[in-house]
Amino acid sequence: MSYSDKVLDHYTNPRNVGSLDKSSPEVGTGLVGAPECGDVMKLQIKVNPETNVIEDAKFKTFGCGSAIASSSLATEWVKGKSIDEALAIRNTDIVKELALPPVKIHCSVLAEDAIRAAISDWKKKNAAEREQEPQDQQR
Amino acid sequence: MGKTTESSRADGLKLPIYMDNHATTRTDPRVLEAMLPYFTETFGNAASRNHEFGWVAEQAVEQARTEIAKLIGATAKEIIFTSGATESDNLAIKGVAEMYREKGDHIITQATEHKAVLDSCKRLEKRGYRVTWLPVQKDGRIDVDDLKRAIDDKTILVTIMAANNEIGVLQPIREIGAICHERGVLFHSDAVQAIGKVPFNVGEDNVDIASISAHKFYGPKGVGALYVRRKNPRVQLAAQIDGGGHERGMRSGTLNVPGIVGLGKACEIAAAEMADEAVKLAALRERLKTAIMGRLDEVYINGSMEHRLPGNLNLSFAYVEGESLLMGINDVAVSSGSACTSATLEPSYVLKALGAGDDLAHSSIRFGIGRFNTEAEVDYVARRVVETVNRLRELSPLYEMAKEGVDLKKVHWATEPTQ
Repeated sequence: MSYSDKVLDHYTNPRNVGSLDKSSPEVGTGLVGAPECGDVMKLQIKVNPETNVIEDAKFKTFGCGSAIASSSLATEWVKGKSIDEALAIRNTDIVKELALPPVKIHCSVLAEDAIRAAISDWKKKNAAEREQEPQDQQR
Repeated sequence: MGKTTESSRADGLKLPIYMDNHATTRTDPRVLEAMLPYFTETFGNAASRNHEFGWVAEQAVEQARTEIAKLIGATAKEIIFTSGATESDNLAIKGVAEMYREKGDHIITQATEHKAVLDSCKRLEKRGYRVTWLPVQKDGRIDVDDLKRAIDDKTILVTIMAANNEIGVLQPIREIGAICHERGVLFHSDAVQAIGKVPFNVGEDNVDIASISAHKFYGPKGVGALYVRRKNPRVQLAAQIDGGGHERGMRSGTLNVPGIVGLGKACEIAAAEMADEAVKLAALRERLKTAIMGRLDEVYINGSMEHRLPGNLNLSFAYVEGESLLMGINDVAVSSGSACTSATLEPSYVLKALGAGDDLAHSSIRFGIGRFNTEAEVDYVARRVVETVNRLRELSPLYEMAKEGVDLKKVHWATEPTQ
């Protein structure tokens, strides 16, 4: 198996490795994949509540070099994007950018899933909060 | 992997380091030297009976036959030359099945055999034979009581390897052979990983048919042999390749004389040096194991340490995926049981058979230490593995969760894509 230069670069110098506070209302966390499948990605976004722009993103990945590269690239891409723009990222964009071979396409699919899962977590949290707000006011 | 450029370092280490000696070995220079004249000067066809070129070639082939026989306690006439282990396994299994069809239709094998054995058995199953696939225990060895129970009056063949290619585990072949002989069943052993590494004697081990491959013990690729017992019992095989009737009719085709000379030389060297070499390899393996396991937590050994090839170490590094680990130690040649290194996207069936769990199968690395490895190389490999595992664990969400006290076995993983 030979790797593209971009995969090697992301593997050697992964961007945005780490964790955000998953209890914060501004943070959405996506955890996708399964250990027995050989890939688990955790991708987190921090969203500005005023502008709905993703201000920060972090990831941690258990998986092959292409899985690490796909999630590293995903964090780079979502940063600075609005929620809707981030939702428009497709796995095929990742495949193209990293020149992933056919056997590694599932890595890009997982990265897209991770973005969507993080956004959906953030949305869920914030929907709950919006519901809570009027109740608070009643008291 | 792309092209690797060899480089010499100040400390005398030459990179990349080869530590994948179950896949293949470097041809010993003494073997190569013995082979060379048979390409150029004495290049005759061993089947040419009417001139000097043929006689010289035939003599070289017979000399090699004797060397192989000596190493495994056989007689020269019991050695058939083949193109390698895959052909030997195919000939043994299909050859017995076809020849003894009237006697019975049942074959017994086990879960961690090489694909050449498993797929030969599967082919026979399609042709109407019954195959029993014995499981292995946690240590990688079969339970001989399972074997005893599996044998019935229609069993014609038991095929069980001497040593496993991934985990190096030695099967109890002496006991297996004794059971087979008591029950009048032929015993074939794929001894490819064992021969030249650990004592293997067809008499003491009660083996009737044994597969041999040259390149697994410092001989050339593309040549192997099959031991076929001639007495008590006399084994007959249906040929799988038809032609000029070479090798007592069991395997037609012009003999690969230089390769056979190389195989013979490899056997001669092994007979003289195996005992000392095993001690050296076991010490290197211990050094590697201590250097890695002393510095990392949650490293698991796959398979029995007691019944194991001296040069083999197979470890699972929890929370780290095997292919990413290989990528990090790209100046070291080892192999992984990770699905990502195989075309099938399935993790190692050998590790799964041990009940290791898919997650640990994905996290495994096989180290194959051989004749040409040094202490300095072992130290370098251990250092690179430790630093890479540490780096990848920092990157691993599983490691983070485990450190937070999350029980990964209880997490509900979304194994299906969310869309």
